[in-house]
Amino acid sequence: MPTPLTPVLSATWDARDSWTLDAYEKQGGYQALRTALTMEPDAVVALVKDSGLRGRGGAGFPTGMKWGFLPKPDGGPRYLVVNADESEPGTCKDIPLMLASPHVLVEGAIIAAHAIRAAKAFIYLRGEVVHVYRRLLAAVAEAKDRGYLGANILGSGFDLDLVVHAGAGAYICGEETALLDSLEGRRGQPRLRPPFPAVAGLYARPTVVNNVESIASVPSIVANGPDWFSGMGTGKSAGVGLFSLSGHVTRPGQYEAPLGITLRELLDLAGGVRHGHELKFWTPGGSSTPLLTAEHLDVPLDFESVAGAGSMLGTRALQIFDETTSVVRAVLRWTEFYAHESCGKCTPCREGTYWLVQVLRRIEAGKGTEEDIEKLLDICDNILGRAFCALGDGATSPIVSAVKFFRDEFVAGTHTPAWELFPYERSTLFAEVPAR
Amino acid sequence: MPITAEARERLTADAAEIVARYPQPRSALLPLLHLVQSEEGHVSPDGVAFCAEVLDLTTAEVSAVATFYSQFKRRPNGTYTIGVCRNTLCAIMGGDEIYASLAEHLGIVDGQTTTDGMITLERVECNAACDYAPVVMANWEFFDNQTPASARELVDSLRAGEDVAPTRGAAKVCTFKEVSRVLAGFHDGRAGEGLSAGEPTLRGLRLAREQGWDGGPVRTEPAGVGAAAAGEPTPRGGVTSAHDAPPVPARTRRRAGTTAGRPAAQATTGEDAPGSASAADGTEEA
Repeated sequence: MPTPLTPVLSATWDARDSWTLDAYEKQGGYQALRTALTMEPDAVVALVKDSGLRGRGGAGFPTGMKWGFLPKPDGGPRYLVVNADESEPGTCKDIPLMLASPHVLVEGAIIAAHAIRAAKAFIYLRGEVVHVYRRLLAAVAEAKDRGYLGANILGSGFDLDLVVHAGAGAYICGEETALLDSLEGRRGQPRLRPPFPAVAGLYARPTVVNNVESIASVPSIVANGPDWFSGMGTGKSAGVGLFSLSGHVTRPGQYEAPLGITLRELLDLAGGVRHGHELKFWTPGGSSTPLLTAEHLDVPLDFESVAGAGSMLGTRALQIFDETTSVVRAVLRWTEFYAHESCGKCTPCREGTYWLVQVLRRIEAGKGTEEDIEKLLDICDNILGRAFCALGDGATSPIVSAVKFFRDEFVAGTHTPAWELFPYERSTLFAEVPAR
Repeated sequence: MPITAEARERLTADAAEIVARYPQPRSALLPLLHLVQSEEGHVSPDGVAFCAEVLDLTTAEVSAVATFYSQFKRRPNGTYTIGVCRNTLCAIMGGDEIYASLAEHLGIVDGQTTTDGMITLERVECNAACDYAPVVMANWEFFDNQTPASARELVDSLRAGEDVAPTRGAAKVCTFKEVSRVLAGFHDGRAGEGLSAGEPTLRGLRLAREQGWDGGPVRTEPAGVGAAAAGEPTPRGGVTSAHDAPPVPARTRRRAGTTAGRPAAQATTGEDAPGSASAADGTEEA
């Protein structure tokens, strides 16, 4: 019976020098690779399909199925690209994973590349985490020295070159086709799909793009079998995942649990909302997933249940906000983020996020007009489903959900500044220290 | 400051190494821009021209890319970039107050550099450390759980030329140019420095160990390395061995140990540890 918390990926993080190859091998590391290399590539794809693993980067697309979409080998190159551009506000799982255990990602990448018959793979890491980059560079060098990368890996005849590539600061590069353009040395702007990356990805060749946690989950699935993985979780949401609690919670951090755990259970494990306060709103999976409230404490955090509650599981980035928080302020700041990070390629997103910021700023300042709430919703309606990629859709999520649950606060923005309704210093962690 | 002939020779050798990593040369552009930044402290017209020459692109094509990414600087950067996270969660937890305090303390605003050339102040977007909020980045190293006072102390120490260790990262914050060279893909030998993980990263793991929750088989292991004792992480051996794996259950909607159905107040307020285990992760305070 799976226990409330199930450390799998996180199980090695407290080992001494956990990031080194020696430490990782002592924990059983690279045994799964040996197993996988004895299997036909298609059998590895089938195994991952059978496990029920779904993409851990937010969208939840079945990983094995994504691998299976690649056309038959035609003799030309095929690529694996690991999306390590973790930038979705609230999301903070891949960065600590790679800092503590870069080898689990490297091992997973080698197995995945074998499965899709790729001889070249990339880890695209956001550029703003230099120590994680150091750890990944070192891990790849160590793996190469020990014969896990390079030519004829472990005598299997399989060759793989793995390059760790640092981005340079752009949220949009987490979108897989923008990531590919960026990796090709261009501005990171999304591509029209189809063709999907499986058919025409990096350099217009068949490419699989997977999230860090998805790839890092592969070694344990190979080691323990698909039934072990699919035996955890709920319904169509198999396995375990990292749940990242942040904000007004007593013990924020990473809690690895079967999908389907609830926020109530997680808060219970994390000591509850900070002392003397109560839950006001939260995001289930980053700022692009519609806000939920205390009504939703018992929603199982799996793909279907969270969708049924009107939001999305996303990246399991549980940002907790207590009653001191102005929802208008929170939503404005997220909207400023989307406006800043909009790549500018499509009009609904580029112009829409700009105007959303203008309207929200006056509501925060208590200078909103009677029409502003409807104007916000109308602009959102003109972005959602009309933007080139999911960034625009995501920008509308916090606004529409906040208006749905907290319309009164937006109405109050026609006469009273948010900082008077919710003095901002009450939300800080150091409220006892006068900030200014 | 133009790129000298000596520097050009050095950069040309480095550039060849970068280009060789990729199936197509243009993929080297982002690391090349990090590389020229490591020489000049920003991406100058000379740096743009260098990248264009190496990759056989026009300077317009290189500039279009350089101006898209926030880490590439068009003006000389300070020795240290101090980035205060002002995305929603960090801002609300105190990032706005930290930023305001630093701006006043340094006498500069977003994107400006102190007259001594030491500190460039920036507001940054979410840097994937929300469980350590509020977060400040110094040359892309993590300074966790900051306050206005700790952030002022950080910049004062850096301006005084002292070595400062990030919360999670290398033994000291390297200069902007040094870090830019790492980001171009060149080892600086510091990967072994610093922690595996901060306390929030380990909270779920520690709690699971204390409760004896192993969650089933986790990777094959040499026999005899068993589950960790409560409260005490087992060095290198905390992984449960496969031989004591419980039978694989059918997927269940609810699991043992859940608290569904309890009133909201019980789960969402107060600071008691889960179930009866009070001070569940007490090791972190030790």
